[in-house]
Amino acid sequence: MFYNSKLYFKKYTSPEPLAVFRILFGLMMFLSIIRFWSKGWIETLYLEPKFHFSYYGFDWVKPLGELTYILFIICGLSALFVSIGYKYRFSIITFFLSFTYIELMDKTTYLNHYYFISILSFLMIFLPADKFFSVDNLKRKNYFAKIPKWTIDSIKILISIVYIYAGLAKINSDWLLKAMPLKIWLPSKYDIPVIGDYLLQQEWVHYLMSWSGMIYDLSIPFLLFYKKTRAFAFILVIIFHLFTAVLFPIGMFPYIMIVASLIFFDSKFHNKIIRLIKIIISPIKKYNIKKVEKFKYVYSKLITSIVIIFLIIQLIFPFRFVIYPGNLFWNEEGYRFSWRVMLMEKMGYTTFKIVDGVSNKYFYVDNKDFLTPFQEKQMSFQPDFIIEYAHFLGNHFTLQGHKNIEVYADSFVALNGRRSKRFIDPNINLMKEKRSLKHYSWIIPFKDEI
Amino acid sequence: MRKTEKYITYLFLIALVFSCTKDDSGNDENEIVQEVVEDQKEDVNNTTSTDTSSSQNQSTSTEATYDRSSFLINIADNIIIPSHNQFKTDLIELQEASNAFEEETNDSNLNILREKWIASYKSWQHIEMYNIGRSEEIYFNSKMNIYPVNIDRLENNVSTGNYDLDNANNFSSQGFPALDYLLYGVGSSDSEIVEKFNSVSGYKAYLKDIILKMVNNTNQVIDSWTSYRDVFVSSTENTATSSINKLTNDFIYYYEKGFRANKIGIPAGVFSNDVLPDRVEAYYSKIYSKDLALEAMIAIDNFFQGKHFNSDETGDSLKTYLDFLDVIKNESNLSTLITEKFSSAKTSIESLDDNFALQLEQDYVKVLGTYDAIQLGVVLLKVDMLQALSINVDYTDADGD
Repeated sequence: MFYNSKLYFKKYTSPEPLAVFRILFGLMMFLSIIRFWSKGWIETLYLEPKFHFSYYGFDWVKPLGELTYILFIICGLSALFVSIGYKYRFSIITFFLSFTYIELMDKTTYLNHYYFISILSFLMIFLPADKFFSVDNLKRKNYFAKIPKWTIDSIKILISIVYIYAGLAKINSDWLLKAMPLKIWLPSKYDIPVIGDYLLQQEWVHYLMSWSGMIYDLSIPFLLFYKKTRAFAFILVIIFHLFTAVLFPIGMFPYIMIVASLIFFDSKFHNKIIRLIKIIISPIKKYNIKKVEKFKYVYSKLITSIVIIFLIIQLIFPFRFVIYPGNLFWNEEGYRFSWRVMLMEKMGYTTFKIVDGVSNKYFYVDNKDFLTPFQEKQMSFQPDFIIEYAHFLGNHFTLQGHKNIEVYADSFVALNGRRSKRFIDPNINLMKEKRSLKHYSWIIPFKDEI
Repeated sequence: MRKTEKYITYLFLIALVFSCTKDDSGNDENEIVQEVVEDQKEDVNNTTSTDTSSSQNQSTSTEATYDRSSFLINIADNIIIPSHNQFKTDLIELQEASNAFEEETNDSNLNILREKWIASYKSWQHIEMYNIGRSEEIYFNSKMNIYPVNIDRLENNVSTGNYDLDNANNFSSQGFPALDYLLYGVGSSDSEIVEKFNSVSGYKAYLKDIILKMVNNTNQVIDSWTSYRDVFVSSTENTATSSINKLTNDFIYYYEKGFRANKIGIPAGVFSNDVLPDRVEAYYSKIYSKDLALEAMIAIDNFFQGKHFNSDETGDSLKTYLDFLDVIKNESNLSTLITEKFSSAKTSIESLDDNFALQLEQDYVKVLGTYDAIQLGVVLLKVDMLQALSINVDYTDADGD
């Protein structure tokens, strides 16, 4: 088996798919940054809030005041450079670092597709995406006709992981047996022409969408892998993602996935795209550069090891929820970073009681004094947000001179249409509880099964 | 293979164009008014949760989707407009009593004026929960009922005679709380108050002016409804600015803030270290804070059940909307739970002293109990109801996942 894998790593393939991937990926990222900026989200999400939720271990990553704009400029420019393949290695590393820093600044804005972009750009650091049809080729005056096959396959594997895990996540009783949460979301789209008024209101449609969504996620990587089903699969990809784009407010995600799945096509297909691009930018004069037959890594073994370890981590990480007790949807321990995309409808109401342990006087905090509505909404049903905010409140009022501050949460959560239930034990002083990656015993256990 | 590739390329280009031109502007992204529709028609007619003998309920829509238009029409025609008209009538009477008091400033006219004041204050409780249309534009609520009244500002206005009541700085020195102070608080006895009005001319002028302002603002709002009504009832889209969305959000905001916090929570010291008895509504009158809270509770319950103003008839409302949705069959009926909570909150308010300030001084724990009773309703409205209707509490402009 290892002999075969040695052979596999020695296989070569044409570089066009990877080059096109680089071009389109960089371009989409550049457009994403512009879109983000133009919607004023830098201000509303990173500059205006007084408080930011942090990822565990990354408390030191904070918005940079006015310099935050510079961060976004760096991110956007590096994406553009990645696209045209200018100083590729440096650009992709810069993009990865700046984009990831942006995402780490506030946990409130976590989105699965942002996580996807982070890990994808990390992977791309190690891929020879600049060896064909890039500005770097022009500068170095050479290009490569063949690159190791595993470099393109690694992207295919990453995309497959996203889809398959998203599909696996949908195998739960709420999604399949109760058509939840689509049963809540779809009927609200009564304004959509043709289907909104009647079809989206029908229960059988809710079940159809739930089941076909799950089947699509699980099967699409395989349909894309095999040449015979590829064209049909890509049509499905477009239909599926456009449909979700119309239905849900999920931003760039559908378009990123459509573009990303092009990697499954062979080099002939990508050659056509490259010719199209060449026509578009044809005013640029012709260059004469040398063709090198095969691209060889300098540190081949090291790079392949890194990528293999990276992919293994990606395969294992989404399963970490099994080491936690209790219900995953309720406790959310291990929920993030596991491709649980648009999977549940969860709403909460959480306020905090600040008690002066000495005088026993208490008062309730108005969350609006500290959090934006978006932050308050996210905090209200996620325990890791709740404890971080509780500590923040406790420290804030301690600074004001109160002594022996105790913080208690009055919290109710409704999940997938169930009646709201008390979420956090109201008698536990959260100031005494530690923030950690361990299970939080102060979450009141979920009394149903999913 | 060539044909398929062409087809794919075209489809891909269409997708690109689509992605560039699709307007996914923030306004629409996060406001999702949803109803989950059951194919089976829910017969809502049977529930008679109000203690009225003959409640005629509107029959529910037998279409696939809830009749949001009917809901808005019922609220506009049978609740909002009539209650506003009643309020105007009461305000006019208040104004007439004020004129009489201005001409003959004595104990008797003071008492009549007070009667008209509390009557219109009670009518006001039925419309404070709306913050839509012209009301919202002119900050109607802020000009009518910001309490506690800013006495320094008011007295300054009275003595200088120089004030602009449209200026935000003067919101807390006009409206009902200002009248509360003028009619009950400028002196420590009725005769002292009459004396003050007779000796300091500024008071009469101020009294006249703030009542005139109240009448003018009310007229503005009522007049706007002649044309706004049609706009209002046709705005059934699932967006942040649609009537349904704003109406529901306003209602919840009022229940949580205007009712729960302002009337009960803040005075009871829920949001501060100590009890704050002087923050109750109608503080200077001493005896009306409970009356007003009860009236507001009735107004809240009526709105939720779609009960026509001054009638026993009910129509489409949040209650019928929720009943129509009734998603999870083996969960308890949400609208019933909500009306139960309203009912127990009302009972709790009734158990308090007429004088909330006194109640707080004597036994504030009882008031905290009332707060808790009201609070139960907040959770059901803000979490369960909003999830079922799938209306987001606020306008957050960001992608969701």
